[in-house]
Amino acid sequence: MKIGVFVCHCGTNISAVIDVQKVVNDLAKMPGVFAMDYKFMCSDPGQNMIISEIKQKKLDAVIVAACSPCLHELTFRNTLIRGGLNPYMLEIANIREQDSWVHTDRDKATEKAVRLAKMAVAKAKRNQPLFPQEVSVEKSCLVIGGGIAGIQAAIDISSAGYQTVIVEKEPSIGGKMAMFDKTFPTLDCSACILTPKMVQASQSKKVKIYTYSEVEEIGGYVGNFNARIRVKARSVNMEKCTGCGICWQKCPVKVNSEFEQNLGPRKAVYVPFAQAVPNVPVIDCVNCTYYRSKRQNPESKGLCRICEKFCPAGAIEFDQKDKIIEEKFGAVIVATGFSAFDHKVYGEYGAGRYKDVVTALQFERLLNSSGPTQGKILRPSDSKEARTIVFVQCVGSRDESKGVPYCSRVCCMYTAKQALLLKEHIPDANAYVFYIDIRAAGKNYEEFIERVQDEYGVLYLRGRVSKIYRTGDGALLVRGADTLSGTQVEISADMVVLATGLVSNPETVKLGQMIGIPYDKNRFFTESHPKLAPAETQTAGVFICGACQFPKDIPDSVAQAGAAASKVLGLFSQEHLMLEPVLACVNQKICNGCFHCRAVCPYNAIDEEILKDKSVVARVIESKCHGCGNCISACPVSAVDLKGYTNEQILEQLQSLR
Amino acid sequence: MKYLLNVKNLNSEFVREIQAESKTRILHCYQCGKCSAGCPIANEMEYKPNQIIRMIQLGMEESVLKANTMWLCASCITCTVRCPREIDIAEIMDVLRRYAFKRGIFPAAVADIPVFNRIFLRNIKLFGRLYELGLIGFFNLLTGNPFKDVLLGPKMFFKGKINLIPERIKNASEIKDIFKRSAEIEHSD
Amino acid sequence: MKYAYYPGCSLHSTSREYDMSAKEVSTRLGIELIEAPDWVCCGATPAHVTMHVLSQALPVKSLINAKQTGADTMAVCCAACFSRLKIANYHVLNDPGKKAKINRAVGAEYNGEVAVKHLLEILAKDFGLENLKGKMTAKLDGLKVACYYGCLLVRPRKIMQFDDEENPTIMDAVVETTGAKTVDWPGKVECCGASFSITKTGVVLRLCRDILQLASDAGAECIAVACPLCQSNLDLRQPEVNKKYDKKFDMPVLYFTQILGLAMGIDWKKLGLDKHIVSPLKFLKGKNIIK
Repeated sequence: MKIGVFVCHCGTNISAVIDVQKVVNDLAKMPGVFAMDYKFMCSDPGQNMIISEIKQKKLDAVIVAACSPCLHELTFRNTLIRGGLNPYMLEIANIREQDSWVHTDRDKATEKAVRLAKMAVAKAKRNQPLFPQEVSVEKSCLVIGGGIAGIQAAIDISSAGYQTVIVEKEPSIGGKMAMFDKTFPTLDCSACILTPKMVQASQSKKVKIYTYSEVEEIGGYVGNFNARIRVKARSVNMEKCTGCGICWQKCPVKVNSEFEQNLGPRKAVYVPFAQAVPNVPVIDCVNCTYYRSKRQNPESKGLCRICEKFCPAGAIEFDQKDKIIEEKFGAVIVATGFSAFDHKVYGEYGAGRYKDVVTALQFERLLNSSGPTQGKILRPSDSKEARTIVFVQCVGSRDESKGVPYCSRVCCMYTAKQALLLKEHIPDANAYVFYIDIRAAGKNYEEFIERVQDEYGVLYLRGRVSKIYRTGDGALLVRGADTLSGTQVEISADMVVLATGLVSNPETVKLGQMIGIPYDKNRFFTESHPKLAPAETQTAGVFICGACQFPKDIPDSVAQAGAAASKVLGLFSQEHLMLEPVLACVNQKICNGCFHCRAVCPYNAIDEEILKDKSVVARVIESKCHGCGNCISACPVSAVDLKGYTNEQILEQLQSLR
Repeated sequence: MKYLLNVKNLNSEFVREIQAESKTRILHCYQCGKCSAGCPIANEMEYKPNQIIRMIQLGMEESVLKANTMWLCASCITCTVRCPREIDIAEIMDVLRRYAFKRGIFPAAVADIPVFNRIFLRNIKLFGRLYELGLIGFFNLLTGNPFKDVLLGPKMFFKGKINLIPERIKNASEIKDIFKRSAEIEHSD
Repeated sequence: MKYAYYPGCSLHSTSREYDMSAKEVSTRLGIELIEAPDWVCCGATPAHVTMHVLSQALPVKSLINAKQTGADTMAVCCAACFSRLKIANYHVLNDPGKKAKINRAVGAEYNGEVAVKHLLEILAKDFGLENLKGKMTAKLDGLKVACYYGCLLVRPRKIMQFDDEENPTIMDAVVETTGAKTVDWPGKVECCGASFSITKTGVVLRLCRDILQLASDAGAECIAVACPLCQSNLDLRQPEVNKKYDKKFDMPVLYFTQILGLAMGIDWKKLGLDKHIVSPLKFLKGKNIIK
């Protein structure tokens, strides 16, 4: 076997510390090894040199001693192809990041470079040509989550002509943005800019929307995912229903509306808000009189049934069952959004015991003209107009003790907006904002804050609030500080708005494990590179956007949704995909069928196979395997190996160090 | 107030010593002011608790020790339990008082507090238990206020709430030894 | 049920009625309190702000003495002593460096083998609220009580492990076994100024005014306490508060043990109800609780 070693100077990045000539000389002394050096191996002349040496010297394998394989492994694999070699006959010895950049002693660094290169030679001797497998691409995208991020991604993909399916767990798409009153810093009416997008998505022939639905299982791999979707029974026939609204007008059962953040009522048969898409109600089985009576006495005809009686379309179907839909997708976008931080852990703020201590989302609903108070700012305890309101920022955010360590990014802005809107609603109202730092890093954000302070006269106090309690007269006493003046501050307020932070959705963990997206310590999905791959995940074909990755505002969510969509479109523009051949394989002669490998495989890539002698052994489903190597370390009898990184190859490398 | 900030005082022994002794991350404080917001006595303090933390961060040893803040701290621990950075501010106040006590630094305006503490401890050293009449009497005498609370005395006496003679424990000498050894350990640190 | 008992200095002098009522109630319930022989003062605030080792060594000395009673748990009534004893135990159990110093100062080996419990915990958890309810003979229906916990029972939760540090409810639960109603009020864990009673009386007066105001705003007729420092500040200083701030508070400040004792039909003199500065007698007679 003839092996060529090409040592790169990388300008002086490598040669300043490593005696490149000595590396070449030492390697050339090895039997069957040819070695040479060049100033920039990755340059065109450098690559052409490798190609001509492959051809002239009839090389079987190539070692490039240069920078990290993260940077140029692909470059040199292509060089090998151009030289007529299998690309997996390449080995990289990283003598820059792992040597010249981290060492100063020239002799020792040179010695290390020699050893690294020799190890690569040892491994290359055992290299086998590997061939990527070709798979087809199902040109349909699954979007999980129908908030603004999911809607935007679906619109972008469908506009390019590809089929898209949105799965939303609530009865309507729209997400959190549908609850907001206005958006910062332009004060656009949130619904006015969101609903056209909702309608656009729902009317597109290329977009299918499953609301009141959840993804139960996802299998497969890039280009070929299989999803099982549970469409929950709405008890209303979606084809027949005209959305006339008679059912919910007639329904006698009133419960707190989730959409109104428990500040207003809804019926047991309901659409969450007026512009809901689809405009088809669901029956809340927990509170509906009919279902309750049926649970108590399954034999009975069931009580109430008023909606059924009045529905002119005959759309009420009490016996509807959940529907399971199985579909194939080429790509998945996860846009499951966030939850608001639950402030019950703040005993010092009343732990939810004071009605007039509301969350920012509740205040959005109070501000909203289609909200429970028709846009009047009435405090929940006695419906009196609130004229003095204290806004408390960083509730849950930046609190290692009771909340989350990170900054939720949007609270400074939405608090400023809410204080401004309060002043717009009631010009002589008093608005106080307790803050730690004002974070207004966005286009026109800082200017917006200035306007709120200067033009609207909202008073900003720099300090956290220590305690909120109700005094005898029903007012709330807010005990805070202004650290800039070094004083304690007490404000008697009609209402307190807590700027609760953004936290991950409770389903994140389950979903992440199911689809193969890692999550961080705060349970937000982890992108595959924090700078350079913000919408990708470590699982090929799975993308993320919106606040499920980290708290973000609407423009950032929309931008990331566009990014995710463009990645999907890039994928769909290919007829076939080539899958990396660095995969696990089982030596079925050694395998004892213990299946430890299956237990540790994060991709469900291990299957059972029954041999002729009836013994059950493991088999790798190549299309699912990512080559992570978990199974290899778990196998007690060394029956599993990673192609391109076999145990034998690794041991040879170590041997060469002796 | 002008304070010359340089590498020397920013890296002073003071910050490190207070941090090590209180086992709390003073440099972690981000000055939200929640400690001062909830402090029942902050109003009377020269510098608010958050300012003291900042001054420790900056190495302003002299100003910190001259301030009345730590002496007015009632050890109610509200600051500590509400701190979002899990900084034990109450413990820092204790450490500062002990630090000052070791060096004999007592700001004149609040000198009566350490005086009270000294009498209290001497009392225990003598009897093993607190002798309230002795404590209050001595304190009032030493602080030049002999008639303070003088009207409360008889009221309490007639309700059987004041002992005229101190309770003593049997092995009072053991307690003296504990005081002695504690002081030795404290000084060897 | 057998416990070593640590009364603490206050219960032997300014707060005798707490000691008396705690013992009376315990005896009635069959809870045996054996005073730790030769217990010493816990050192209170003056110790922990002056000398760290001493402030741990004094409580540990009493804990060692408690072992002679044969009980593995020491019952404490005073919230301040409770705090100092619990903190000492915490350091002995969690910080080997501190433990070594403490043991050297005390001149004995202590490994945290005596648990420390407040009488409230013993009644609510060990004895049980339902059992307690069964022992009440006179229902105190119609009595509206503000339970005041102060600082040291609940803070810091990491060490005290007593109850919620912002809205504790254990004393409310214990007091409600008598049929009395407790009020939901925001002053439960506010600070009374504690040991500043003598050195910074002005501060204490301001803080006590706030607490009395909050209790009275919540409709309470009396305050229940579990700490002699809280009691003496709120009770002893109440006339001064009224004078300084032009108030007319007439708010009896009772130990929770006294309230329990009344509901068990124990004679009010045995509960030391005559020892308060703001006398509760007229009020209790008006409520038909005592004759």
